[in-house]
Amino acid sequence: MQHFDGNLLAGPLADLFAFDPTAARARCNGCGAMGELATALVYRSGAGSVARCRVCGEVLLTLVVADGRTFVNFTGTGAIEIPSGR
Amino acid sequence: MSFITGGFSGRSRERDERLPPGQTLVGDFPVLSAGPTPEIDTADWEFTIRTESGEHRWSWDEFMRLDIDEVTTDIHCVTHWSKLGTGWRGVSLDTLFADVETEYDYVMAHSYGGYTTNVPLDELLDGKAWVAFEFDGEPLDPEHGGPARLLVPHLYFWKSAKWVRGLEMMPTDEPGFWEQNGYHLHGDPWKEERYW
Amino acid sequence: MSTVQPSVAAPRTAWHVAAVAETRRETPSAARITLDVDGWPGNLAGQHLDVRLTAPDGYSATRSYSIASSGDGSRVVLAVDRLPDGEVSPFLVDELRVGDRLEVHGPLGAYFVWRPPTDGSSGRPVQLIAGGSGVVPLFAIARAHAAAGDPTPMRLLYSVRTPDDAFFAAELAAAQAGPAPFGTTFVYTRRAPDGDDAPVGRISRERLATAVIAAAERPVVYVCGSTGFVERVASWLIDLGHDQRAIRTERYGGT
Repeated sequence: MQHFDGNLLAGPLADLFAFDPTAARARCNGCGAMGELATALVYRSGAGSVARCRVCGEVLLTLVVADGRTFVNFTGTGAIEIPSGR
Repeated sequence: MSFITGGFSGRSRERDERLPPGQTLVGDFPVLSAGPTPEIDTADWEFTIRTESGEHRWSWDEFMRLDIDEVTTDIHCVTHWSKLGTGWRGVSLDTLFADVETEYDYVMAHSYGGYTTNVPLDELLDGKAWVAFEFDGEPLDPEHGGPARLLVPHLYFWKSAKWVRGLEMMPTDEPGFWEQNGYHLHGDPWKEERYW
Repeated sequence: MSTVQPSVAAPRTAWHVAAVAETRRETPSAARITLDVDGWPGNLAGQHLDVRLTAPDGYSATRSYSIASSGDGSRVVLAVDRLPDGEVSPFLVDELRVGDRLEVHGPLGAYFVWRPPTDGSSGRPVQLIAGGSGVVPLFAIARAHAAAGDPTPMRLLYSVRTPDDAFFAAELAAAQAGPAPFGTTFVYTRRAPDGDDAPVGRISRERLATAVIAAAERPVVYVCGSTGFVERVASWLIDLGHDQRAIRTERYGGT
C-alpha cells in the first residue's frame, strides 16, 4: 500500500488544534527518534490515518474521522513540542 | 445546508435492498490499511491459537491439509461500501478449534505487521468465520491480506484481520487496534455499530 | 545550525468556498487552476490546501493540493496532475469550469514552508528537488524568492518525463533570468529536448551529486514528489553528507 507523510494530516488536525501539529516535534515511544509530525509516514484510507515513526515503524498517532466526530490518539508519542512562532 | 460540488459523482456506488443500513454497493475492492503491506512467504507462515493452557500451531502445508470450505458471502466495510456474493476458500474456525480447549470467551486476532482486532469466540464458531487464503478463485493478494486473512463476514470488515498469524484467547473483551482508536468494540453492520 | 527561520506567523486556517476564476491546460495531463477564495488570509510558499468534493448523495472525497502561489490576496493558484485512477484529479483537470465552486480548507502546513530572510541578509543556500508534480510547492518557493529579491542562492533540480510535462516552464526561465540568484536543472526521464545531450533516465545518486548544491555548503533542502522519488532522493542526500535536519520532505504517495 502506498504511504504519504505527516504533511497530509495538517488539514484534519487543523480543525482540532489552535496550531498546526505537523510542525510540532514529538518523540517516538518505540525508538526515541525525534522529529516533526510532518516527517512521520502516514498510511491513509477510508478507515482513518495512521502516522508511523519513519525510523522504527511504531504507530505515533491515529486519526479517525467518523460521522460527525473525530477521534485522535497520540498513542506513540510522549509530549509534543509546539513551536511558538506567532 | 450541505455543499454539493456541481458535476462530481465519485466512483460508482449503488444502493440495494440486501444491504445493511448506511451501506452502498461498489464495483471495486477498496484497500484499507494501517501500515505497510507485510510480505510473508508461505514457507515461513504459521498460524497459532494460544489458550490459557498451551498453543496449537499449523504450518502452511499442515493448514492446506485441513478441510477447506468454499464460501460465498456478503462483506460490509465500516466506510460504507459493501460487496455481495464474494467468493472465498478457507478453513473454518470450527475446524481449527476442534481440539482446542479453553474457558475463555474472547479472542484477540493478531496479524503479521502488528494489527489486532477482538471478536467474541462464539462469533467465530458455528460456521461464522474462516481463515481464508483464496478470493475470487485466486490466491489472496498481499494487498487484500494474503497469504491468509480472517474472514468474519457478519461483522464489519475491519474485524476480518488481514495477514492473520494467530488467535489469542482472552478472559475479557479487550479492544484491538481500531477499537482503541474510535471503532466499536463489537461491529455489527445490521445495528450500525461503527464507532464508540 | 538551526533551520528554523525568523517567524512570520502562518495565516489562520479555515474552510472557504472558492470560485474558479481561470483554468487552462498546463501540460497534457495537468491543469493550472486559479481560484478566487473569499476570505483567504494569504499563504506562505510551500503550503497546501485540501479540496473537498461532495456528490449529490452526500458522498465526499477530500484531497490535498500544494499551492503554486503565495503572499496576500484572495487569488490562489493550483496545478493539478491527472492521476490515472484518481477519483478527484480527473474531475479537477477535465470537468472543472470557470465559475464552478469548490470547498477548500487552508492554508495548511507549517512544516514544508519557506520564508525569505526578513533582514535582507542571505540565508543558507536553498536546494529545491522536484519529482514531476512535486514542483508545485517548490515553484511557489522560487516565485516568493524572486518576488522578495532575496539574495540567497537558490537552485531547483526538476525531474520530468519530457519537456512537455514541465509545469511553469516559462516562469522558471524568467526566474532564472531575474535578479534573485536562481537556476533550474532539468532531468528528463523519458525524452529530452532536441539538442540536449544530458543522459535521459531516472535520476541516480551520481547524477544527483553533480546537480545539487554541495553538502559542504550546508544548504537547506526541500524535496517533493511521489513517495518513492522523495525517499530515494532523501536517502541519497544523507549518503552525500547532507544533514537530515536540513532536509524537508513532502510525499505525494505512489512509488
